[in-house]
Amino acid sequence: MATTIAPQRTTSARVRRTSRIGQLGRWTFIAIAVITQVTPFYLALTTAFKPITDTTSLWLPPLSGGTLDNFSTAWNSGHLEWALENGLIVTVVSTALTCIVGAMAAYPLARRSTKLNRFVSLLILGMLMVPPLSILVPLYTMLAQLGLLNTYISLSLVLTTIQLPLAVFLFTQFMRTLPLSLEEAAAIDGAGLTTTFLRIVLPSLKPVIATVVILTSTNVWNEFAMSSYILNQPEVRTLAPAAASFFGSQGNNIGAAAAAALIGLLPILIAYLFLQKYFVKGALAGAEK
Amino acid sequence: MNLMYVPAIAMVAIFMIYPLVQGVGLAFTNWDGYSPTKAFVGFDNFARLFNDKTFLTALINTLIYGVGCTVLQQIIGLALAVALDGAGRSKAFARALIYLPVLVSPVVMSMMYYFLFQYDRGALNDILVALGFDRIAWLSTGPGTVTIVVLINTLQFVGISMVIYLAGLQGIGQEINEAAEVDGARGLRLFRSITLPLLRPAIISSMIINLIGGLKLYDVVQVLTGGGPGYSSHSVSTLIARSYFGQQAAGYASAMGVALFVLIAVVSIFLVTRMDRTGKDI
Repeated sequence: MATTIAPQRTTSARVRRTSRIGQLGRWTFIAIAVITQVTPFYLALTTAFKPITDTTSLWLPPLSGGTLDNFSTAWNSGHLEWALENGLIVTVVSTALTCIVGAMAAYPLARRSTKLNRFVSLLILGMLMVPPLSILVPLYTMLAQLGLLNTYISLSLVLTTIQLPLAVFLFTQFMRTLPLSLEEAAAIDGAGLTTTFLRIVLPSLKPVIATVVILTSTNVWNEFAMSSYILNQPEVRTLAPAAASFFGSQGNNIGAAAAAALIGLLPILIAYLFLQKYFVKGALAGAEK
Repeated sequence: MNLMYVPAIAMVAIFMIYPLVQGVGLAFTNWDGYSPTKAFVGFDNFARLFNDKTFLTALINTLIYGVGCTVLQQIIGLALAVALDGAGRSKAFARALIYLPVLVSPVVMSMMYYFLFQYDRGALNDILVALGFDRIAWLSTGPGTVTIVVLINTLQFVGISMVIYLAGLQGIGQEINEAAEVDGARGLRLFRSITLPLLRPAIISSMIINLIGGLKLYDVVQVLTGGGPGYSSHSVSTLIARSYFGQQAAGYASAMGVALFVLIAVVSIFLVTRMDRTGKDI
């Protein structure tokens, strides 16, 4: 008996020791990763709360007393109150449009698999490959000729179009998992297409609507390239272009730049705090195409 | 019923397909972007692309941004997923923090990284000075700047790869791992012969997302360097904007746009067909 137990003990001891070293390595790696990812946020915080006269290292918190001056500079001369309002308008309009137009388009694509519909699906999904900057010249020219530059609606329509392919895809995938029986029962009861869609289909889309809303609204809120060209006047500018304006035109007022950056990411941070699992679900849904 | 996708098709037609087609038309002209006249110049703009050092630099940079970020994101993302797989509050907390930058605007992210890499008062240089070294002008050379852009974009979006791989690892399930361990596979061997092959669909879909994102890269370059020093860190996307708004070369900028679209289309179609094939294998 004793001879059989002894080797077992050494094996388990060896496994335990290697796994302890493994655990140490694992957590060292995790710690490095977390510190790396948090560092930019930390530096933005110390930069934003230090007065311009405080030239100590950015690693140090504002030891000689913090200030809110940078925030008021960003708020007033960067017109961040306008930018927050503009960003909110464009984000709400684009997100609502993406959900409505996307869900409507997905319904026939999910329920009728004809040759035409498969082509339409592929065409819409193929738009994911179009880099926004590659259509910048004609798009900007078209909007300028129509007098639609610096209008909320033009940017909202453009950003909705950019977000549509992913939304249509997510809605289609989800609708295919819904049982047909409810819709058939509604049809027998004499409900038309509009009633069926509004009363039966739409309410059952809640989970995927949550995903689409989160993906679309963060993407639109954070969008920079199209936003900065289509809404180029300070009065209508959205958040990312307004924050970026602190690099360049106003020289490098890094304190105000950091404050603007923090104000810009605050809404997203708050949303992430409460809706974390939906955010991750959104990222995964987007990956399964 | 088919009428329901008419609004979506109309939007895509007006704001994507029409500009795309018009862009191809403009690419064959010498239009300056504002005057009412333009002349047809044939393939001149496309021929110019291949002799234009600035464009070729931007094209190479774009490939470096695309491929560099994709490779780094898969390696780091997979390592993070393996390290953070499983239950536990501290793991969940670490996952949430590592994922956080994904949600931040790349503009804001680039601004925050500037505080790390700037010359005076740069956080990295402060460490160098404290250790007795000289300051380094991190953003003063082309290759240095390109590397930093790759790093920033990689770290910002590595969270996406991480969650894709975490989902993939959970899909493999405990039984398969236990069965493999009974057969004597453990540690690196288990990882190489069981985990990695089973993650293949996750790897390919993660790569497609990262590669398309990297090839489209605009924000980080535009905010952090503006394409500089000189033209050394431009991506094709930032160079298009520069040529159109800065140099009134609308026809030429359109030709770059067409080239960028073709590049991304070829790469994504290649990857997507590979994904379909692997799907059939399984």
